[in-house]
Amino acid sequence: MRMTRLIGAALGRAMAGLTRKAAVAGLAIGLLGGALAPCAARADAADDVLAKFATDRFPDTEKGIQDLAASGLATGPAMLEALNGNQLYFDPASKAVYFTNAAGELIVARTGAKADGVAQARLKKVRMNNSVRGAMQAAQGALSLMSPDPAKRLSGAESVFKSRDPASLAAVETALKAEKDARIRRAFENALAAIVATDKSQDEIKRLEAMDVIKERGDQDAASLLSTIAAANDGRVKASAEEGARAIQSRLALWAHVQNVWYGLSLGSVLLLAAIGLAITFGVMGVINMAHGEMVMLGAYTTFVVQEWIRSHNPALFDYSLFIAIPLAFVITGFIGVIIERCIIRFLYGRPLETLLATFGLSLMLQQAVRSMFGANNREVGAPAFMSGAFDFGAISITSGRMWIIVFALAVFIGLLLLLRVTPFGLRMRAVTQNRRMASAMGVDTNRIDALAFGLGSGIAGIAGVALSQIDNVSPNLGQSYIIDSFMVVVFGGVGNLWGTLVAALSLGIANKFLEPIAGAVLGKILLLVFIILFIQKRPRGLFALKGRAVEA
Amino acid sequence: MSLAKDDSTLTSSVLYLDGVCVSFDGYKALRGLSLTLEPGEMRAIIGPNGAGKTTMMDVITGKTRPDEGEVYFGGVHDLTRLDEPSIAELGVGRKFQKPTVFESHTVEDNILLALKAPRGAFATLFGKASADQRERIDRILETTRLGDHRARMAADLSHGQKQWLEIGMLLAQDPKLLLVDEPVAGMTDAETAQTAELLREIAKDHSVVVVEHDMTFVRDLGVKVTVLHEGAVLAEGPLDVVSADPRVIEVYLGR
Amino acid sequence: MHASFLDARSRIFLVILAGAATLVPILFLAVPAGSALHMPAYLVALFGKYLCFALLALSLDLVWGYCGILSLGHGAFFSLGGYAMGMYLMRQIGPRGVYANPILPDFMVFLNWKELPVTWWGFNSFSYAMLMVLLVPGALAFCFGWFAFRSRVTGVYLSIITQAMTYALLLAFFRNDMGFGGNNGLTDFKDLLGFNVQSDGMRAALFSISAIALGVGYLIARAVVTSKFGKVLIAIRDAESRTRFIGYRVETYKLVVFTLSAMMAGVAGALYVPQVGIINPSEFSPANSIEAVIWVAVGGRGTLVGAALGAVLVNFAKTWFTGALPELWLFALGLLFILVTLFLPKGIVGTLSGLSIWPRRNPPQARPQPTPAE
Repeated sequence: MRMTRLIGAALGRAMAGLTRKAAVAGLAIGLLGGALAPCAARADAADDVLAKFATDRFPDTEKGIQDLAASGLATGPAMLEALNGNQLYFDPASKAVYFTNAAGELIVARTGAKADGVAQARLKKVRMNNSVRGAMQAAQGALSLMSPDPAKRLSGAESVFKSRDPASLAAVETALKAEKDARIRRAFENALAAIVATDKSQDEIKRLEAMDVIKERGDQDAASLLSTIAAANDGRVKASAEEGARAIQSRLALWAHVQNVWYGLSLGSVLLLAAIGLAITFGVMGVINMAHGEMVMLGAYTTFVVQEWIRSHNPALFDYSLFIAIPLAFVITGFIGVIIERCIIRFLYGRPLETLLATFGLSLMLQQAVRSMFGANNREVGAPAFMSGAFDFGAISITSGRMWIIVFALAVFIGLLLLLRVTPFGLRMRAVTQNRRMASAMGVDTNRIDALAFGLGSGIAGIAGVALSQIDNVSPNLGQSYIIDSFMVVVFGGVGNLWGTLVAALSLGIANKFLEPIAGAVLGKILLLVFIILFIQKRPRGLFALKGRAVEA
Repeated sequence: MSLAKDDSTLTSSVLYLDGVCVSFDGYKALRGLSLTLEPGEMRAIIGPNGAGKTTMMDVITGKTRPDEGEVYFGGVHDLTRLDEPSIAELGVGRKFQKPTVFESHTVEDNILLALKAPRGAFATLFGKASADQRERIDRILETTRLGDHRARMAADLSHGQKQWLEIGMLLAQDPKLLLVDEPVAGMTDAETAQTAELLREIAKDHSVVVVEHDMTFVRDLGVKVTVLHEGAVLAEGPLDVVSADPRVIEVYLGR
Repeated sequence: MHASFLDARSRIFLVILAGAATLVPILFLAVPAGSALHMPAYLVALFGKYLCFALLALSLDLVWGYCGILSLGHGAFFSLGGYAMGMYLMRQIGPRGVYANPILPDFMVFLNWKELPVTWWGFNSFSYAMLMVLLVPGALAFCFGWFAFRSRVTGVYLSIITQAMTYALLLAFFRNDMGFGGNNGLTDFKDLLGFNVQSDGMRAALFSISAIALGVGYLIARAVVTSKFGKVLIAIRDAESRTRFIGYRVETYKLVVFTLSAMMAGVAGALYVPQVGIINPSEFSPANSIEAVIWVAVGGRGTLVGAALGAVLVNFAKTWFTGALPELWLFALGLLFILVTLFLPKGIVGTLSGLSIWPRRNPPQARPQPTPAE
């Protein structure tokens, strides 16, 4: 449940970023496109078209609608809009056409100017039947192909692709000639190909060529179009369509797996971030820290406070807010960790069950403290520019936020590994882990190492919180939702083994995403929990267990 | 439980280890350990730290599964296939290096728990101690000189008393084979001598394996000695013969 | 010198329970509402709830205090017992539901279900439902323990997977298609054995039955821990591998006591549900189970009486705090966790018997501190 919420939040942010960017880009292109669009309509064509609306006969009206797009009449879209709302009129006497716009003003269709001094009572409504309505809807799609707004042109092309109405053929061809944007051009070509490929009156060679274009498009819509064609035709067209649909489906199935792996990696990196600090405190020190999730929560709130400060003091820094929050969160939660170790944990070494209870009590207090200070509701943490946006990779879309969190999780993992491997502190910490008494005899201040190691674990939880603030709701309950998952990761991976934590986090993340489509999000999670429960019972020491007498003791 | 081979040493032995290998993460604790114990025999096992003495005990009592090799009890029971409670039920008792008694039980209850009786959950849930059992408890407490302490919590006993209580628990189990790990560690000389006497007493009707560092104690026992080194048997025989062996002197006595 | 089955502490405890079981209904039913001695209905329900929690704490003490199994999932057994009772109560509503379906509970009609799922069959029978109150938590504990104890999952590992167990059940019971009312759980109960659950008589009866159940639970637990079986449990708690080496099949012992304890928790849940009038998935929340652990810790684990006392005390404090200083309750509870583990590891009863204030004839049962690493 939380997983879906998590993805939803991330997706929402990504979408918000996307549209913001698109709107800016759209404005620029719109200005250019507006200049290039065929706005200078030929006067005679326009008059011919308008005349058809004034005959009061359905076939004429339908023809008029169909020609409207090609005429390039500037008021065309508005006229169709008005027709849709029964607001298109003609003067039976002068044969002039009028419509009412959204503001309720009567407009002269020929010029787009206000029709002053025209008595509306004299005018007759342009009537509609089903056939006219169909033509109008098709024309609306075709007309949007000429819209100065590229987003509208794109969606127009897509709707033509889906309707593949042969009547739109001319409009698409016209629009294609004028189009400069490569992406929209491709959409137009696709739309064209869809019309040609489905139209049985077209030449077979042409249809096969068109189908090649569709095959190249390669998405779900293309596959279903090809299946439709295959069902409605025979011979070479059928064979080609069938083969194309099959190829697309298998390619898409492959990409679906890639997408699952990607989502899985993303979830796994979140689990890794949440669990890796626990791997230090639980795995290395043998301390059960139930308040670990609250350290994550405090890290997320640190991000919130930093962003609030930036908003009120120096908005220009907003894009750097995470870089400020990361070290700050590490220091704050690390410091709290050291205090916890000195005041509580150190009296409870060797009594893991008591540690569990005491730290659970602590987690309750931290939650309540945050609730008292910041309120129980979710707090808004913004995403800096580099975390927003998305790009396409093959048939899947990759959001930058997700990608950076994966990168960040791996960076934290590698950093921690290096810290333990190459620094004197790491050496001492490993020494204390392996043989406390011996290390103490060698002059290692074990008390200090314990406190620092606990601080390190907590600090990492804090920076995990900074990352999680980008994809999850920042609320006092943030930590609770991660603690059980984190324990599962550490226990599954094998206590005292960072690599185990990495493998466990990523494999659980991926397994979760592959189970979700089959079993649903909640059931998938339950299945994983059950799997881990059974797994621990089979291998009580996890995936990468240390073996030997030292562990048994 | 098929017999591995038709071998008279196997069938007549109470304990039979052949080619036992155990490794932990690449470290070979036992490399081809072979040992045979006759019924009623008492054997002292000596060897430097890391020679594999405790691992050997673990293998015999089912705590550790050997990677290779055969372990038979009484010539027929394959100990590598059984777990600790089953092996204990067969009649193998073990005393640990560090005295492990049940600290929050009284001395008497410690003996009661060890007393040979049905071990099933329902037997203990609904059963009552019989007069015969009480008599046995009294006898064991007397043997181990803990009669005056029977109502005390085991946690309150002195180190030596705990060692004796543990030996008393072994007696209560009435095993066919006793494995005794460093029974005199941390004992005074007087206690050590008493313990040696107690063990000799026990050895009259039990087979005993004693692991010990204390040479004086081993001499006091006056039994056949097996020297372990790097997970295998280095020498075997009376203490005098063994301690004259130059290889033994080199690795163990080292002077 | 064997611990006697009914020592002075037990007798005091049972007398108090018997007194409560008779006195509370009298004060509630017989004393007129105007009198200062009259007990209002809400207090009867509240105290009844405390007694159910006390039984849950007792069951937890049996496994944690005597066998060293720190279960962070006992809330799951409690809730399953509660759901079994809730399902019976739902079936008793019959056609009086909003949708007036004589067979299907309202939420199933709402979900457009056509027939009763198999899991609900038989729950119109009280005796079947009561059997399920015992069997469902017992079976879950048995299956769970069968795997966990045989593969020697101990200490914090066991605690964590019991927590995962209740978490998995929490997620499962939130699902509508599980058929247990989803998010909203089971509520709007009408009758229990033909009597209105809201009626005064029923409230008083439920209270007394809870007190009796606690007393019977105590006697069973006491019988278990004073038998040789109980001595083996303590031996397992203090030196598990040693117990194996003298021939006890540790996993069997753990399995028996864990299953028994789960059944007791189930009974507690079954009595809880009609008194509070609702059961929903949040009862499975891992935090609930840990809270039950702290009741035991406060009262003193391995004392049985202490567990019951701790449950009542902590819940009384919770009632008071949530009324007077709601925002401080979690601080107080959190602090309680920390202070008890740091300064009162034996709990109230354990500490008092150590001081010889509490009447006792037997050596203290509480575990010596510091304990060896699990």
